[in-house]
Amino acid sequence: MSLPLFLEQTLNGVQLGVMLFLMSAGLTLVFGIMNLINLAHGALYMLGAFIAATVAEKSDSFLLGALVAVLATAAIGALLEVALLRRFYHRSHLDQVLVTFGLILVFNQVTQLIWGAVPMRFNLPDSVAGSIELFPGLNYPVFRLVILGVGLVVGLLLYVMIMRTRIGMWVRAGASNRAMASAIGVNVEMVFIGVFAAGAALAGLAGLMAGPILAVQVGMGEPVLILALVVTVIGGIGSINGALVAAIMIGLIDTFGRVLLSPALGSMVIFLAMAVILAWKPKGLFPVHG
Amino acid sequence: MRRLLLAATMAAGISVSANAADAPIKIGFISTFSGPGGVLGQELLDGFNLGLESTGGTLGGRKVEVIQADDQAKPDVGRQLADKMVESDHVQILTGVNFSNVMLAIAKPALDAGVFVISPNAGQSQQAGKMCHPHYFSTSFQNDVPAEAIGMYMTHKGIKRVYLLAPNYPAGKDSLAGFKMGFKGEVVGEVYTGFTQLDYAAEIAQIRAAKPDAVYFFYPGGLGINFVKQYAQAGMKTEVPLFGPSFSFDQTVLPAMGDAALGAYASAFWNEHYDNAASKKFVTDFEAKYHRLPAPYAAQAYDTARMIDAALKSIGGKIEDKAAFQKALETVKFDSVRGKFRFNTNHYPIQDYYLTEAVKDDKGRVVMNMKELIAADLADPYVQDCHMPAATN
Amino acid sequence: MADLAPTPNRRDWFAILLLLALLAVVPPIAEAVGQPFAIKVASRVVVFAIAAVGLNLVLGFGGMVSLLHAGLFGVGGYVIGILAWHDFNGEALQLGPFAYAGTGNLLISLPLAVLVSAAAAVLMGMVSLRTNGAYFIMITLAFNQMLYYLGVALQKYGGEDGLQILGDLSIAGLDPSKRLVYFYVSLAALAVVMVLVQRLVGSRFGMVLRASAQNERRVKALGIPPTRYRLTAFALSGGIAGLAGALMASGQQFISPADMSWVRSGDLVVMCVLGGLTTVWGPVLGAALFLLLELGLSSLTNAWQLPFGLIVIGMAVWLHDGLIGAIRRWVQS
Repeated sequence: MSLPLFLEQTLNGVQLGVMLFLMSAGLTLVFGIMNLINLAHGALYMLGAFIAATVAEKSDSFLLGALVAVLATAAIGALLEVALLRRFYHRSHLDQVLVTFGLILVFNQVTQLIWGAVPMRFNLPDSVAGSIELFPGLNYPVFRLVILGVGLVVGLLLYVMIMRTRIGMWVRAGASNRAMASAIGVNVEMVFIGVFAAGAALAGLAGLMAGPILAVQVGMGEPVLILALVVTVIGGIGSINGALVAAIMIGLIDTFGRVLLSPALGSMVIFLAMAVILAWKPKGLFPVHG
Repeated sequence: MRRLLLAATMAAGISVSANAADAPIKIGFISTFSGPGGVLGQELLDGFNLGLESTGGTLGGRKVEVIQADDQAKPDVGRQLADKMVESDHVQILTGVNFSNVMLAIAKPALDAGVFVISPNAGQSQQAGKMCHPHYFSTSFQNDVPAEAIGMYMTHKGIKRVYLLAPNYPAGKDSLAGFKMGFKGEVVGEVYTGFTQLDYAAEIAQIRAAKPDAVYFFYPGGLGINFVKQYAQAGMKTEVPLFGPSFSFDQTVLPAMGDAALGAYASAFWNEHYDNAASKKFVTDFEAKYHRLPAPYAAQAYDTARMIDAALKSIGGKIEDKAAFQKALETVKFDSVRGKFRFNTNHYPIQDYYLTEAVKDDKGRVVMNMKELIAADLADPYVQDCHMPAATN
Repeated sequence: MADLAPTPNRRDWFAILLLLALLAVVPPIAEAVGQPFAIKVASRVVVFAIAAVGLNLVLGFGGMVSLLHAGLFGVGGYVIGILAWHDFNGEALQLGPFAYAGTGNLLISLPLAVLVSAAAAVLMGMVSLRTNGAYFIMITLAFNQMLYYLGVALQKYGGEDGLQILGDLSIAGLDPSKRLVYFYVSLAALAVVMVLVQRLVGSRFGMVLRASAQNERRVKALGIPPTRYRLTAFALSGGIAGLAGALMASGQQFISPADMSWVRSGDLVVMCVLGGLTTVWGPVLGAALFLLLELGLSSLTNAWQLPFGLIVIGMAVWLHDGLIGAIRRWVQS
């Protein structure tokens, strides 16, 4: 493998990783903070892509589509939390798996009923649709660089918000000890709605960013759900920086695995990696307390 | 003794068909209606229903009852549905199946039960060769052939170095094997990717580094959309031309690919601009009824319905006479949207393949434009392995 | 995990016998009303019930949420398929220095299928049991995906297209693809499995397993190594899943990687939760409910996922213990 190719593949791996981080950020937030396994995360990702595609194509503005999609998925997330999922905080993980499994079926079918089965068009604005020459011999798609940028900014914002702001403090307090946090005046209910809506919005954001590169079709969320779970767990449940590190690692392992190994091994290399890492560090790379 | 039995059987046969002429023909339509493959079941069913409409809602003059079900792209679910349709609903024909792995689970048990199985899409090689069966027919194609046509075209055009990609499953392997049969140049890369893989940046980088003259890929459905979009975004579209089979560039995926597909080539035995009266009527009627352009899946299913009608008409509608129905299908003549249509000895089609190119039509939609004939009367390579047995049921 | 599963008692034995009896009369009733297809549906329910009962040994009683069981189901099915393939094609199976001609005789291949899947479960369990909670779920998912991609990679045995069993299989001289043979052999297997698991969870072994799920520290303090018990339960559970897969492959003469996907693993977990985790026989009800609902709804409409999903959500919200909980409350009222 020549040096330019190696560098390009490394960049590909990192970019894939950041895209995976964007896809997992919402999941790790909800899972880590509220101890809720939300399998419908992939469905929210799918809705983000569909809503953004619809608005962007009708209005010819990608940004408008993005804005509407993020707000819409946040709203859907909040609605889900209030109407259904808040009853499950104290139930077992299994019951959470059951109810969110049902949600996947409902969301997939409703999406098909509303938008039909034919995959949707989701084009990029011309300004980001091409490639730029990063250095001689390496043309890289502009939009992938945008995804890279957005992902890193999101990671930074999340980290700062949770670790360094008052809201973040409330969130962490509510997560670790709900009764105590309530007693000192934190409105835990609102905090949880907010966290869930934020998680949903992050899923929607990931969907609308990935939509132009990937097929916008019913069922697009499930492969992403698996990857997001892998990243979340390897990074350590509840750890944002863990998710970022794990995601980039997985992105690199997957990219190089696919080009260097046989097709069979290439497909399973991330799962092999997960098994090896968990065998070595059973609580992920950066476990958050308990 | 034997003559008595023969007379008795004939009498029974006559009395059965006298009553049966009033009974509707039952057709089981098993396809994928949910999940990412759901668009294909919808195409097939829409095409089939339109075909039925064009024959006045009857087949061979008899009423029809179509029972549909969703196989969820899972072979064991498909098998259960086939069992139900054969044993509970007593269907005489099973059709609709889209995916090869589902068809492989369904075909043998249904055929053993005496049902006719007509594939409007699944193109696995087993039934074209060693496992050919008197009651199994395919109105679509066999997976190797569209690729072979592209290979032939590229050789003819003097293209020397080609990079190949497909998913790591039998249809993908069949496709690339078919391509290599038709292509006499140098294969500089042959890559099999994961079936659930979403992102092809790494593979595209490898292609760029290998500097081929052209790329041939086989990526069905959403995989194709991903690959083509990413290929265009990487700026490769203008550097190395893309070639694919028709179902990587048809109306189930072109709307989503958009401009990214422009300038790509495919091989097709039919496409939405085919210049033939039956095809023009089909496309007009399809667009009027379903508000979208049809893909080859719909055309294949449309042909299936009309083919069954023509075959039945030639035997007075008596589907119960299986030997006659088989013969009628083998020699069927009808107005196919493909122009001419005939079955090979293994009951897979022999048809013409054309080169098509992705362009924008006057409504701004991306469509495949029919260009030149690549090869006429192309047959699949498995026919020599088929020693068609006599029907026993 | 929720409450410690109650100790099995006489009512459970009664329930098990009742379920088996009800299942046993399905074929004669089906024949009588002229719907022989119902026997095939019942066979599918029984086979999945076996896998679900096996899963529940570690899920409900051991507190281990495993997403590996569809993979183990597939391992069992592929053992039958691969041995039959070699037998049919007259080619010997080479495993290192050993060559084996293959066989279609289920009296040999069924026990072999159980052993191989149990062995796979032990190997993967040893690594997985170093983790717990959500991490355990994910590592079992990872192993399941590895098995799935292994199936896809075995191009000789069909790869993604799956493996058809073209030769003749036999079990004690009977043909397992025949509807009644398939049903009653599977039902017998279900009976054996339920009795075995019921006795196991009622024994000292079962008590340690359930206690480890509830409070691992206390068990360790008593000087008992919980991991050994968990691993044994995992192996048994895996063997049972493999048995189910082997039976399915024999009955439909087909096995494919789609039978091993993580979605299937999830379906098995859902079946257990729907039926009720706290008894051995709950998963049988869960499997029946899941499969019949799926079949019934999809016959009515192509948009069947919507009502199916709503029903699952409704059951999660209102039936806290699955069907068993509902039945218990109804019996007590």
